[in-house]
Amino acid sequence: MLLSRALLKRHSVLPGFDLALGFTLLYLSFFILVPLSAAFLKTFTMTWPAFWSAVSAPRVVASYKLTFGASFLAALVNAFFGLIVCWVLVRYDFFGKRFVDALVDLPFALPTAVAGIALTALYSGNGWIGRWLPFKVSFTPVGVWVALTFIGLPFVVRTLQPVLEDLQKEVEEAAAILGATRWQTFTRVILPILAPALLTGFALAFARAIGEYGSVIFIAGNLPMISEITPLLIITKLEQFDVPGATAIAVVMLVAAFLMLLAINALQAWTRARQGR
Amino acid sequence: MSAASASEKAPRRIDEATSEPAWVRRLLIGIALAFLAVFLFVPLVAVFVEALKKGLDVYLAAISEPDAVSAIKLTLIAAGISVPLNLVFGVAAAWAIAKFDFRGKNVLLTLIDLPFSVSPVIAGLVFVLVFGLQGWFGEWLRDHDLKIIFALPGIVIATIFITFPFVARELIPLMQAQGNEQEEAARVLGAGGWQIFRRITLPNVKWALLYGVILCNARAMGEFGAVSVVSGHIRGQTNTMPLHIEILYNEYQFAAAFAVASLLAFLALVTLALKYWVERNAASRRQVAASVEAVPT
Repeated sequence: MLLSRALLKRHSVLPGFDLALGFTLLYLSFFILVPLSAAFLKTFTMTWPAFWSAVSAPRVVASYKLTFGASFLAALVNAFFGLIVCWVLVRYDFFGKRFVDALVDLPFALPTAVAGIALTALYSGNGWIGRWLPFKVSFTPVGVWVALTFIGLPFVVRTLQPVLEDLQKEVEEAAAILGATRWQTFTRVILPILAPALLTGFALAFARAIGEYGSVIFIAGNLPMISEITPLLIITKLEQFDVPGATAIAVVMLVAAFLMLLAINALQAWTRARQGR
Repeated sequence: MSAASASEKAPRRIDEATSEPAWVRRLLIGIALAFLAVFLFVPLVAVFVEALKKGLDVYLAAISEPDAVSAIKLTLIAAGISVPLNLVFGVAAAWAIAKFDFRGKNVLLTLIDLPFSVSPVIAGLVFVLVFGLQGWFGEWLRDHDLKIIFALPGIVIATIFITFPFVARELIPLMQAQGNEQEEAARVLGAGGWQIFRRITLPNVKWALLYGVILCNARAMGEFGAVSVVSGHIRGQTNTMPLHIEILYNEYQFAAAFAVASLLAFLALVTLALKYWVERNAASRRQVAASVEAVPT
């Protein structure tokens, strides 16, 4: 009764609001909000110098650079190829298209540890792909990038797909009638319409890559200062019983994740506004 | 096609103006397929090839040895508890958010998405901070001889955190799009809350609900990072399938690691197939609905 009186903007004849929202809030608090706040409260028990030295040690800074750098590159590559894949899936017909469309979701469904060992086997020196490459991939930062590209792949395609499907053929016809070449139509008409969704997909892939652990640790080799990602460093600190140190780094990553979430929300609002919904 | 009549040519020309030349089309299809082959298809095939590399005997032995069986059991138990809980939560959250207009709805939506952007490792860490030996309830739990971290409850809680949004995320947009008219009509005709949900809402969202549960289950069974932090890696006791794969791999038992991995890869394939089937069902239902509406009465 209390919830509906305090929060409902409009009276509804439908029952169950108090029960549904009450359960939702309780469940959300117990499993998500209280545990997450524990991380922040834990760092408040640290002194500022202790916190700062934990999050700015050279090895930690090297892991930020690798994690954010490789995530950015992976998201960029996914934005480029994701656009092509999405375009091909929406606009063209070819043999096996439905199979390919279903396969795009594989990184959502395949456990990260399975992806991790498969990629490591493929890209090692005598692996199916690794043996043809002139440089080392497994156990280097390039390996981190490969794993992050794999797990970020569906985000761009699945964010773009509905927008591209909704795109009115008329605007392209109008551009063609007004004398635009196909390339001009693409860069000046289609791409600006797709831009918010493309950026959203990029941001989603980037955000997912920053926190990724399972698919990366097998292929990365995990050399400190070179191929050690930040989530692994958190686990290493935990295994050394340095709980405050692990928590301090986790808080930095959480703040980065929250900022990404805000940016993604803003981008999604922009996408909807562009589509006129 | 030079002999084609003008009437056949006209629509073709429009098509040419809003499509690309054949060589561009072929090139783009080639690039897309090559990219997907290298990054998706080959790794998937590699899992099964590596699993069967040393023969069927080794494969069967790897998935039937006691540690593997206990890992499979633990994975099934953990998913069997966390998925139904997230299902109940997803339905409750979707009912509140889609059917009612209330203050703070957007904040609630953002909070439900939160686990998507939190690293699995951090998801595990926060439960160590709450329930671990040095955590908030650590001493109390120890005094009462209760174990959460390095035991099944910890694995279940971490799995719930990671798979929290899946069911809710599938249901909310669909239920919002469907509106309240049918439920309100049922209410006016005297139906109770449970009756409305079972007879009206549930049939309308069953496909999305099914897909949400499938995806939630796949992620629950495959979760690695969060579970890795809270499980303690006790062989035969707190090892789930992904953790068992890690141990085998680090012990250079590659064929065995890939054998267990192939079970999870198979689960992923089943998930994709079900998703495809669910979407096709939803699409054909939409088409039927559209054609029924189009029939003049």
